[in-house]
Amino acid sequence: MSLLEIKDLTVEFPTRRQRFVAVASADLVVEPGEIHGLVGESGAGKSTIGAAIMGLLEAPGRITEGEIALNGSAISGLDQDAMRALRGNRISMIFQDPLTSLNPLFTVRQQLVETILTHLDVSGEEADQRARDLLDRVGIPDPDTRLDQYPHQFSGGMRQRVVIALALCSEPEVIIADEPTTALDVAVQAQILDLIRELAEERQVGVILITHDMGVIADTTDRVTVMYQGEVVETGPTDQVIGDPQHLYSQSLIAAVPRPNEPRHRFPQISYGGRQTRFAIEDIARNWPRQDADPDTPLIKVQNLSKRFLEKRSLIPGKSTYFTAVDDVSFDIFPGEVFGIVGESGSGKSTIARLISGLHRVDGGVVHFRGQEVSDLSNKAVQAAFRQEIQMIFQDPFSSLNPRMRVDQIIAEPIHHHRLLSGSAVKTRVAELLEQVGMGAEAGFKYPHEFSGGQRQRICIARALATQPQFLICDEPTSALDVSIQAQILNILKDLQEHLGLTLLFISHDLPVVRQMCSRVAVMKNGQMVELQATEDLFARPKTEYTRELLSLMPRLDALQSSGS
Amino acid sequence: MTTSSEQTAKPKSMLARAWDSDVGYSFRHSPVAIISSTVALLLILAAVFAPLLAVMNPFDPASLNLLNGFTPPLSQAEFSPDWFLLGTDDQGRDVYSTILYGMRISLFVGFAAVALGMVIGITLGLISGYFGGWADAIIMRIADVQLTFPSILVAMLIFGVAKGVTPVEYRDQLAIWVLILAIGLSDWVQFARVVRGATLVEKNKEYVQAARLMGRGALPILFRHILPNVMSPVLVIATISLALAIIAEATLSFLGVGAPATQPSLGTLIRIGQGFLFSGEWWILVFPAVTLLALALSVNLLGDWLRDALNPKLR
Repeated sequence: MSLLEIKDLTVEFPTRRQRFVAVASADLVVEPGEIHGLVGESGAGKSTIGAAIMGLLEAPGRITEGEIALNGSAISGLDQDAMRALRGNRISMIFQDPLTSLNPLFTVRQQLVETILTHLDVSGEEADQRARDLLDRVGIPDPDTRLDQYPHQFSGGMRQRVVIALALCSEPEVIIADEPTTALDVAVQAQILDLIRELAEERQVGVILITHDMGVIADTTDRVTVMYQGEVVETGPTDQVIGDPQHLYSQSLIAAVPRPNEPRHRFPQISYGGRQTRFAIEDIARNWPRQDADPDTPLIKVQNLSKRFLEKRSLIPGKSTYFTAVDDVSFDIFPGEVFGIVGESGSGKSTIARLISGLHRVDGGVVHFRGQEVSDLSNKAVQAAFRQEIQMIFQDPFSSLNPRMRVDQIIAEPIHHHRLLSGSAVKTRVAELLEQVGMGAEAGFKYPHEFSGGQRQRICIARALATQPQFLICDEPTSALDVSIQAQILNILKDLQEHLGLTLLFISHDLPVVRQMCSRVAVMKNGQMVELQATEDLFARPKTEYTRELLSLMPRLDALQSSGS
Repeated sequence: MTTSSEQTAKPKSMLARAWDSDVGYSFRHSPVAIISSTVALLLILAAVFAPLLAVMNPFDPASLNLLNGFTPPLSQAEFSPDWFLLGTDDQGRDVYSTILYGMRISLFVGFAAVALGMVIGITLGLISGYFGGWADAIIMRIADVQLTFPSILVAMLIFGVAKGVTPVEYRDQLAIWVLILAIGLSDWVQFARVVRGATLVEKNKEYVQAARLMGRGALPILFRHILPNVMSPVLVIATISLALAIIAEATLSFLGVGAPATQPSLGTLIRIGQGFLFSGEWWILVFPAVTLLALALSVNLLGDWLRDALNPKLR
């Protein structure tokens, strides 16, 4: 008898058009002390399984078939009262965002003690002692002081530790961790995953770890279940599934993960589900205005760039406090290269992109583009010319397209604005651009919400190419996308650089991706540039301790490496 | 997820898309929405086609016969062969016809006042939210001050001032326009607040940054990009405001500071009618009042439904 056994589980969401099957006859077994990974792309149904176990399916979703059994007794048919007794008691949950899973109005002590008293039959003093021990156990230094603090006084990683302590209060048998580290930086992610693994072993808790990140799976889990569109396609010991995937989908998923240890020319794509879209780089290249720039003269020259943001306004001049986001950063970007900026969240890398593009006003320093100062936003003539030469691909393809504009209007806007074409020529050009990015001209008649994330990012690329720019800023262009889509988009960006001679500024927190995209990489920390090297040198011989630390935190995909697909 | 059959489909017409959308679906499945929109539509159509539907033009003194005065509903006048559905008032005007014509004025004032409030409110709200700083501070403080007075007081104040500055001979002609101005100016604050809030959210979205990056100026960004995305809450407020504006107009007219007796709106009719309530001629008051109730209630319910339909989180 296993700790948790899911047999033939089917979850359906009836909608007005059809019944949407979120999970189709899924089987899953979790043993005590085991971490079972549940991996798949967005919409694969992995979180739905977690919610079904907890009895927290959102209306109108319901279990239509199958059974969930905890220690041999079925829990899927229980009523709300019985489920409530189970939830947080024998099964508890760790959510993605530690900021919203703690109540901001109560101290950590209040939240822990209340939970302990609800679930265990102990006295107030014992509960207090337990709370202290738990904080200590999850690695929060100085638990006595920390107990009386409020959640906002903890950093993201510390907060997630508190959430884990909260999940452990009732001494559960099963913990469901739904993307527990997605909102955290790599450094913190590794620590939290280590903690979860230790605790699972120590307390013989069965953990279901839901994630989209193959690196997390490879690092942490004992067994893994791969899901695709609601179906379990493969399950088995992690080493076996990752090292020698049997199902075509698992193979494609694993192949698409960027390898940290070797540079590859292109990202491998194994199509699954017949969604292979063409990107017609040759067609674009044919009519692209080539500019023979001297490869040794910088296209972008950034000198002593600084930016600070108002933190607290004060009426007394000089008393306002500022937060320095970018502190005295200088670098050159040469024509035709892909220049990478990496760093943790809050390190100022996105701010640099915004300063170069003119979305933020610089507080100090200058930005030169082809020798002309572009950081002076009041020089209208220079700005107008610069706007045509520079484009940006944003992180979130869901908010970077105006939801109220049709796709053809979106792509036509820069053409109209810069008066590049007029009349029916605009239509032809828009259709051409859509064809070239692999969308098909008829996509122009639709609205952005009718497309998936990857398709939207293609539309963004079509819009960026409309003015035939020379310089493209990519601010985390794939961090909101699934890995297989990420591979497609990154290949497109590589094509743009190779075939059109575009210069790219590539911002990312994902080191394996950076290694394969960029020729030179700058490392940012707290607004300062700590290191700038050619990519291969940086990965082989990091000069600073901070870079070394970042590199060591990359997911160890040793198993992935040997698959060699 | 798009399927291949969808991709080859032709672009649908606006109407078909609206019918097929989630709001259209919600409409088809809400009896309240269907009934209230039918009532509102019937009343609006009746007002628009009043000259065709009315048996007489109550504004035309030639068509009046004082001898027909105080005829009860569903009966023949005492001294003439004319027959009246809803009776007549003291001057022999057919109540049914006066209601149709009165509704025209009520609706016209309502729509125009809401349009005025909307234009002012949306413009100031967009400016306030997008530019922030001093513009925001000034606009929002004015709004705050205005909100401390009941809007009917503000309307009366504007009405009084406007009446004071217009020459006596034009007063009756201009009364309707003054009404619109008074109600419109007392109404812009809620539009401005909602638009400002929504603009604050939208302006940080990446599509706005993409437009800025393109070199788009503030005006195209505000009106082409941000405005269409803040319109759903505005539509909800506009619908509810319409009902409120109609009531405000009726209130002002009832108090005798609105539409003049020569151009009676529903409110004016109610004011005239209330004088006869206790002398037995109840129909002069009751029928205009019921019409006003039906109009305001149906528009209001429609607004409530629209708010729920546009915000699925409330369901």
